[in-house]
Amino acid sequence: MSSNYLEIIRPGINTTFQDKGRDHLYHIGIPFSGAMDNRNYLIANKLVNNNLDSAVIEFAYQGPHIKYSGEKINCAITGDVIFSIKKKDTEIEGKCYESYQIENGDEINIISTNKSVYGYLALGGEFDLKFQWNSCSINTKANIGSNDGKKLDVGQRINLKKINSNKDIKKTNYINTKIENIRVIKGTNFDYFSEEGKKIFYEKEFTVSKLSDRMGMRLEGPKIDNIVNTNIKSEGLIKGVIQVPADGNPIIMLSDHGTIGGYPKIGVVASVDYDRLVQMSPGSKIKFKEINLSDAETLFKLYEMETQNLLSQI
Amino acid sequence: MIKNISNLGDAALYCDFGNEVNKSINSQVIKYFKTIKEKKFEGINNLTPSYNKLIISYDLKKTNFKEVKNYVENINAQDSKDINSKKLEIPVCCHENFSMDIKRLEEILKLSREKILENFLNKEYFCYMTGFIAGMPFLGDLDENMRAQRLETPRVKVPKGSVALTEQFANIYTFESPGGWNILGNTPLDVFDSSKEDKPNLINPGDTVIFKEITIDQYKNYNE
Repeated sequence: MSSNYLEIIRPGINTTFQDKGRDHLYHIGIPFSGAMDNRNYLIANKLVNNNLDSAVIEFAYQGPHIKYSGEKINCAITGDVIFSIKKKDTEIEGKCYESYQIENGDEINIISTNKSVYGYLALGGEFDLKFQWNSCSINTKANIGSNDGKKLDVGQRINLKKINSNKDIKKTNYINTKIENIRVIKGTNFDYFSEEGKKIFYEKEFTVSKLSDRMGMRLEGPKIDNIVNTNIKSEGLIKGVIQVPADGNPIIMLSDHGTIGGYPKIGVVASVDYDRLVQMSPGSKIKFKEINLSDAETLFKLYEMETQNLLSQI
Repeated sequence: MIKNISNLGDAALYCDFGNEVNKSINSQVIKYFKTIKEKKFEGINNLTPSYNKLIISYDLKKTNFKEVKNYVENINAQDSKDINSKKLEIPVCCHENFSMDIKRLEEILKLSREKILENFLNKEYFCYMTGFIAGMPFLGDLDENMRAQRLETPRVKVPKGSVALTEQFANIYTFESPGGWNILGNTPLDVFDSSKEDKPNLINPGDTVIFKEITIDQYKNYNE
């Protein structure tokens, strides 16, 4: 039995282990999964001197309240998150993008994400988790991954296999930027929609619905009118695809999406904007802006360089 | 043959093999799927074959549309080994406990329960693809007089093992999931098993499936 472990005092709403996700499985019906906001996932690991593909705890809205037992370890939280660290005789207000050293008996209480959805808790070490298809990412719909594919639950104990010997405290000044427009590339069924429908898609505002989760983000707003067929023969999906079912309300496929779908695809979110898209909480206003493939590729390259730059400064 | 290749977003290729749904087009899709999968092109991280499309997703950090398109255009899919397919018998119990939509099917198809089962059972169906949820097979084709639309309002929970119909296709719900297909029966088999990482799916694209009826008692004793 490991002597270094976490106990879940309160699990939070949707708390799972995530890492880089699993690939090469779409054809059997298993999506990527993995951390929703990849940049914040990577930064969390870097702040605690982990390998960048290590597992972290991902939470949405209300996060977990955790008690730690064992030898000293570093921890860090990324995202836009309100949390506190309770030590023996003091409680400190936590700051994101800074690592903290915690010791036996300390508690981390993640109260909530602030005007965003996902946050990440990394510990400087390695959780003792089951891997399925080279990933411990939890897919709660298919019950795949560590923790029997289920969300973390109250009273659970999570062991650590290893604690990093490098306990340097790290800090970075990253600020999560919000964007007004989500850039999209025209979908393969763009011509299924009426001229009015296409105009609505690019010009009107949509609202992120409460019915959004790791599988998909549903949007509400003006209806997008289909003039050809509200169904297509089912075909493959990727994350970021925007489908419009018969009711005219777009649904954006997110990291745990169904691998096949039969609704027309009006657009696909450009990879550069995916991390920021997933952070848009219910009620947020969303507007789409069309870009072409070559701009999307260039913008992603720049975003990726910026991520690498951020990581190298930590 | 691939009729057209376009981009699906900035990180996937959309290979269009035509609009019809039939075995010959689907076999082409599967042939390309298997060839590309074997060759392990650097950067391609997923392949999704469906009735008449193949989606190839790639890691935009490693490659891009132009490179992958060029690669796919120059593949000789004919070199691929012929589809290595199996024939499987799937036990299905159509007891009233399971056949939740039999009344609806009787009304839509204007056929009796007996006739519906007679039309459905003991026939060969071809697995066009798997997915939506892990391991779910899309099987076809149902007889012309067996084709019903999806439910107007999908169920929030379809029980695991449900065998269901829509249009010219049958499928099996590999675990409890939302769904809008017409449920005809239930199989006691585990059609998807995540503990078998090498072969989680019982049924794979290209396989042939025959449904064999079992009684409620046989169903109950099946896994004992």
